[in-house]
Amino acid sequence: MGMEIENNKMEVIKEEEDSEVTDSEMVRFLRNALQEVGETEFESSTHHYSDLVAVFGNQDGRDTDHVALLVASSRALSRAVTYIDIDRHNSLLSNIFRMSIWNFGENVMDALIDLIKALAASSGKYVEDCLEMLVRNFKPPQNLLNFVSQPHGIAKKEKVQDRVHKALKDIAELMPVSLLYLNGIVVQRMPRMSSKNDFPRKIKDDLQLSEIYVESMLKLERGVLGRFMGNVMLSAVVYRLVELDVEIEWDEILQDDPSKGIFDMEIEDTDEAADYNDDGEVCLKAGFGLQKMGADAFADRLDSLMVLTCEHIKSRADEGHLHEVFDTLLLSFKKSILDTHKSKFAQFVMFYACSLDPERCGVRFAVTLADTFVRAGESPTTRMSAVAYLASYLSRARFLPSTLVVSMLKRLVDWCAKYYCKFQDVEEENINPHVHRVFYSGCQAVMYVLCYRMRMMVDVPHLKSLLLDMPLESIFRNSLDPLKVCLPSIVNEFLRQAKAARLFTVSEKFFFNDLLESDLSKTYGGIERLDTFFPFDPCLLRNCDSFIRPHFLYWSIVNKTYDDDGDDNGNSDEDVNEDEGFVDGDGECFHDGDRNLDELDYEVDLDEFENSMNKMSITPRKSLKHMMPARIRPSTSPESL
Amino acid sequence: MEVFKLSTANLVVYLHPSKAGNVPQAIRYELGKLLFKFNEVFDGVVLSYNGNVVGTNAKILPTTHPNETVEKQITNAKIRPSIHPYFGVRLKAKLLLFSPKPDMLIEGKVMKLGEELIHVVVLGFCSATIIEEDIRKDFRYKIKHGEEVYASTSERRHVIKVGSMVRFLVKSMDEDMLHISGSLLPPNTGSIKWLDKDEDLESERRVKKRKGESHKGMQVQGMGLLDKELLQNNDGSSKKSKRR
Repeated sequence: MGMEIENNKMEVIKEEEDSEVTDSEMVRFLRNALQEVGETEFESSTHHYSDLVAVFGNQDGRDTDHVALLVASSRALSRAVTYIDIDRHNSLLSNIFRMSIWNFGENVMDALIDLIKALAASSGKYVEDCLEMLVRNFKPPQNLLNFVSQPHGIAKKEKVQDRVHKALKDIAELMPVSLLYLNGIVVQRMPRMSSKNDFPRKIKDDLQLSEIYVESMLKLERGVLGRFMGNVMLSAVVYRLVELDVEIEWDEILQDDPSKGIFDMEIEDTDEAADYNDDGEVCLKAGFGLQKMGADAFADRLDSLMVLTCEHIKSRADEGHLHEVFDTLLLSFKKSILDTHKSKFAQFVMFYACSLDPERCGVRFAVTLADTFVRAGESPTTRMSAVAYLASYLSRARFLPSTLVVSMLKRLVDWCAKYYCKFQDVEEENINPHVHRVFYSGCQAVMYVLCYRMRMMVDVPHLKSLLLDMPLESIFRNSLDPLKVCLPSIVNEFLRQAKAARLFTVSEKFFFNDLLESDLSKTYGGIERLDTFFPFDPCLLRNCDSFIRPHFLYWSIVNKTYDDDGDDNGNSDEDVNEDEGFVDGDGECFHDGDRNLDELDYEVDLDEFENSMNKMSITPRKSLKHMMPARIRPSTSPESL
Repeated sequence: MEVFKLSTANLVVYLHPSKAGNVPQAIRYELGKLLFKFNEVFDGVVLSYNGNVVGTNAKILPTTHPNETVEKQITNAKIRPSIHPYFGVRLKAKLLLFSPKPDMLIEGKVMKLGEELIHVVVLGFCSATIIEEDIRKDFRYKIKHGEEVYASTSERRHVIKVGSMVRFLVKSMDEDMLHISGSLLPPNTGSIKWLDKDEDLESERRVKKRKGESHKGMQVQGMGLLDKELLQNNDGSSKKSKRR
């Protein structure tokens, strides 16, 4: 059968050459071939029609004769689409819709795309099939997957994507109703997520397909059609980020030194985390440090998708559409990320979007989180999660104006004070931390933010007066006793700074240097251990971190209220851009007059470092897997050790 | 029959209790779902709505399984059993409907033109195609200055090209896909620009006739700006008519 068809095809071409068949004659020939097909194509399909079906059934783009025939047939058929009947020409249509334009050169691509456009616009019957065909071509066929990552492959990918997106736009112009279907088709056709139990090869392929597909989705949103498609694309991408995120479990992230406390967790020793090959390139011991190869592949792809998303946000921002994108992101954050159990990476797209417009987006994100925390209608878990995000965000986002940090802090303190007033008659022995978990999470958030921002506040007189006006003492020293319930490492650091800043009188009994993590803290954190959730701890994804790093406040450069020189942490791992300084939204330095962050001493004194570790790290090893670990990737920045 | 219809509909919108906090928004969302889709009940495509809540009593569907709590039904006859406790809000809504039927004349913009097909979009959302067989023989496909056009052989100035507004006859409509199959066979179809000019010529003739009958031009001036424009147009088209 195959040989017969090939011969027949050759005959057609020969005929064309011999008699110089014009386009019109070719169209007429195809119209006749289509009309000759009876009511049921299999009973009475003609010789010519069978040849035509076979032409579109062959996806070999290397056979030049076939390519020539395919181009001629496609061009002619696109002028005879009104003669195609959905019932009588089913096999021809199904062959056309099964074609992958990735298999062919540019001339076939153009001819096929024209045919699809003509089919879609000819009548409403084929719109969905045409859209599905085009959307399927968002990603390459399995056999070309390796080729796509090579330079020629990347060029081909762009050619295919350009044509597919142009076709979608042209179809939408002729058939506006197609936009109603496109969203659904694009989301439905997203490559499925492989399970970690699949073969590594399959996981890798699936993730690569997913990445190429997402690239197209974001391109679609950026394009002309984006404004008609609502927020579906970006929401679906954020959801995919979360899906990948949850595949990587905390247990799979290596702890380089489980004895370190929360504030020391950022410290890394790059020599331990990475090896270098002969070319001087960094070879990770286990990629991202994930113990399972499957999880490592997930992290790798998640990193790529995060970069794609950040680039998308940036390009939309450059076009002046940041606020529309931010609306979508905020909605997706509330729907997908906020309630995800200890999301590790996906939230950084929000962080990045906020950094692009701190005055509007940055403020809106903080206000949304604060609103969620104080809203009684939300579940306690959501509220605790929201306040964890808020605390981490206010502490880590160096682009936030100091006034915003203070106002958010005041809002948290006021809520805690109001809460305490309702329960001030409770006896200390009867306190059940689980019942008051939202209150404790609020208190811990206040302490956490102050650990990072106290010095900045006490150095500016009007901020200091605002801080002193806050009823901090009353919320920390009451029968609910948050200082005993919240994470001791945070309480210790907070008290240490509060004492140095003379915020209030700190009794020695509140220092828990010799205590292990309190059971009370575990109880209030619940089984989700939300007491140890710090969502914006340093990003572990190498490429994504390059977007976050310039806007990120590392613990190593935080000015503390106490004198750091004596027992400096010496954590010089974070290669902070030293030229950028540390300026708030009003152009006002966060740090004290003469003393600049650039002058911070990054020298490592190992003895002092260990000493500091011993002082600050009181959290037991077993709990550390719940915390954001030290950065486990090698820092490639020249400033790093 | 008109292509556009204005209907008043009595509706009950069932809302989830979670939407009770912002009922108007939830109603707008539900009504919004009707837009640009063919609705068999209304026999047309809903183009716009204007809804008002009627009364303050909502019909509540309680959260009971149909197979249980028969007693409750007896004790409170107004409550109907349902799996979800939706509440129904009664509305009176005015709906603007687009309802093209066969043999109606409608207008649209030519988006693409080829020898075999003319693609038209009506009201920016409804697509239409006119196939070669449904274009009257008077029109010939040509390529003029590199542009594909359908030009009338009898009326030189009657040309259809991309961007033209055309009036065509509805042959059939695919209601799911909002796709109209049209025809340019009747003589009163074609480019609106030309058809309207033709009508203007007719009205010009009528005006001239009236002018001849009455020597007072006050009546025409009294008709305002529109008539001034009409006269201007007529001045231009009278030359054409001479040529014709």
